[in-house]
Amino acid sequence: MAESTIRLNVTRYRPELDRVPRTQSYDIPYREDWVVLDALNHIKDQIDGTLSYRWSCRMGVCGSCGMMVNGVPKLTCASFLRDYYPREIQVEPLVNFPIIRDLVIDMSDFMDKLKSVKPWIIRKEEKPVSQGEYRQTPAELDTYKQFTQCINCMLCYAACPVYGLEPEFLGPAAIALGYRYNMDSRDQGRDQRQGILMSHDAIWQCTFVGECSLVCPKDVDPAAAIQRTKVDTTKEWFQSLLLPWGQK
Amino acid sequence: MSAVQPDKSKLYHRQVPATWWLKKSTYFLFMLRELSSLFIALFLVLYLVQLYQLTDGPQAYVAFAHKLSSPGWLLFHLVVLLFALYHSFTWFQSTAVILVLRIGDRVIPREIVTALNIGAWGLISLVILVLFLALKG
Amino acid sequence: MFREKTTEPLWWGLFSAGGVIAAFLVPIHVIIAGFAVPLNWISDPGILYRSWLVRIYLFVLISLPLYHWAHRFYFAVNDMQLGIPRKPLALLCYGGAVVGTLVAGWVLARL
Repeated sequence: MAESTIRLNVTRYRPELDRVPRTQSYDIPYREDWVVLDALNHIKDQIDGTLSYRWSCRMGVCGSCGMMVNGVPKLTCASFLRDYYPREIQVEPLVNFPIIRDLVIDMSDFMDKLKSVKPWIIRKEEKPVSQGEYRQTPAELDTYKQFTQCINCMLCYAACPVYGLEPEFLGPAAIALGYRYNMDSRDQGRDQRQGILMSHDAIWQCTFVGECSLVCPKDVDPAAAIQRTKVDTTKEWFQSLLLPWGQK
Repeated sequence: MSAVQPDKSKLYHRQVPATWWLKKSTYFLFMLRELSSLFIALFLVLYLVQLYQLTDGPQAYVAFAHKLSSPGWLLFHLVVLLFALYHSFTWFQSTAVILVLRIGDRVIPREIVTALNIGAWGLISLVILVLFLALKG
Repeated sequence: MFREKTTEPLWWGLFSAGGVIAAFLVPIHVIIAGFAVPLNWISDPGILYRSWLVRIYLFVLISLPLYHWAHRFYFAVNDMQLGIPRKPLALLCYGGAVVGTLVAGWVLARL
């Protein structure tokens, strides 16, 4: 009995051999419960061991397997073949990032921008262990909790046209994480982050396209974080202009 | 750095095409939303020109208003109205995303904030219309 | 102490204010000025505009959304990659809004 198959058209790029990327087609067995990541693993294990791609947890928490599936940034571990079958599936590396090899992209720009917002609790003075833990009410947690769900998968960067066009733009996840730490009641590092968050080219290129929040697999809603950062920054700017003695 | 770095000279850079906003419906609707600001501005400039006619007396003002009854200008104002309404509704939706309104410990859902904004818009529009009818002379 | 010399928050603030004014007020004014009065559903002899209160209201109605347009249009044209250089475009947009504000103030003051 002939097995159902589905065709994957996968981007191949071997820097030592290729000048430009090309597409290679693979026909793989169609399984109802498979995701695109399973298909890629099947290709690598059974058909073509030279295919390179990133993956790890295969359950949507590590953020490693982000790729373009039929032109949409998705986690391949969360993209079911049955949602595409019997049509062919295009698998390409995340857009707006340079390609290292096949489906693997260079994420150093994202890593630099993420570090620049200092995504960790900053204290003016550390509380000694003897004084006990930091306490936070559920309401205080609520102000930033959704922004802690970011898994750094960079789908939002692939979705954002501004990130693709403006080299200085920090991008959705970095700004959302800067906002997350600014809103955390345990954090005292707002002025340390302001240097980057308030600078001319960091957040202001965002025009609230909103695509980032649409593709986010963890419902972080980075678009909301960015607009709220703009509001907070604008309020502070006007305050420091009109009430200079009120500055920290 | 202990991590192995890729050969930067061999990285393949894909350019964003200038037609990116034509390739997806969400991007296209975004661009339409941005362009709505142009039609709003054009309308306000035309409105200013209309008001300027008053410096030549009320007859000039009324004559200009009559010019605006031509099919061309009516079509223009229809296009403006559609874009203005699109701006209003997308603006109210954006406001609901940005503003976090709380009653005690609970956050007001976005749909309700949007609905409240639309309600306020309806009320304000009605008030302006009534005031205009009452005060126009 | 941390504020870099950027004026972006000023333009974004004006953009936001203009957006609010446009969202709440423009549709009804389009209906009145673009349909109701020209088509004689309502008559408008132009007496209303002698009031200073009305003229201040109209100044806000007309000038603020110009900054909304300037900011949105500047970024949209950049995003469309039409190759228009930034500084002249910024001057056209934000400068245009400022000129529009001055003209609006002058016209309304003279009514």
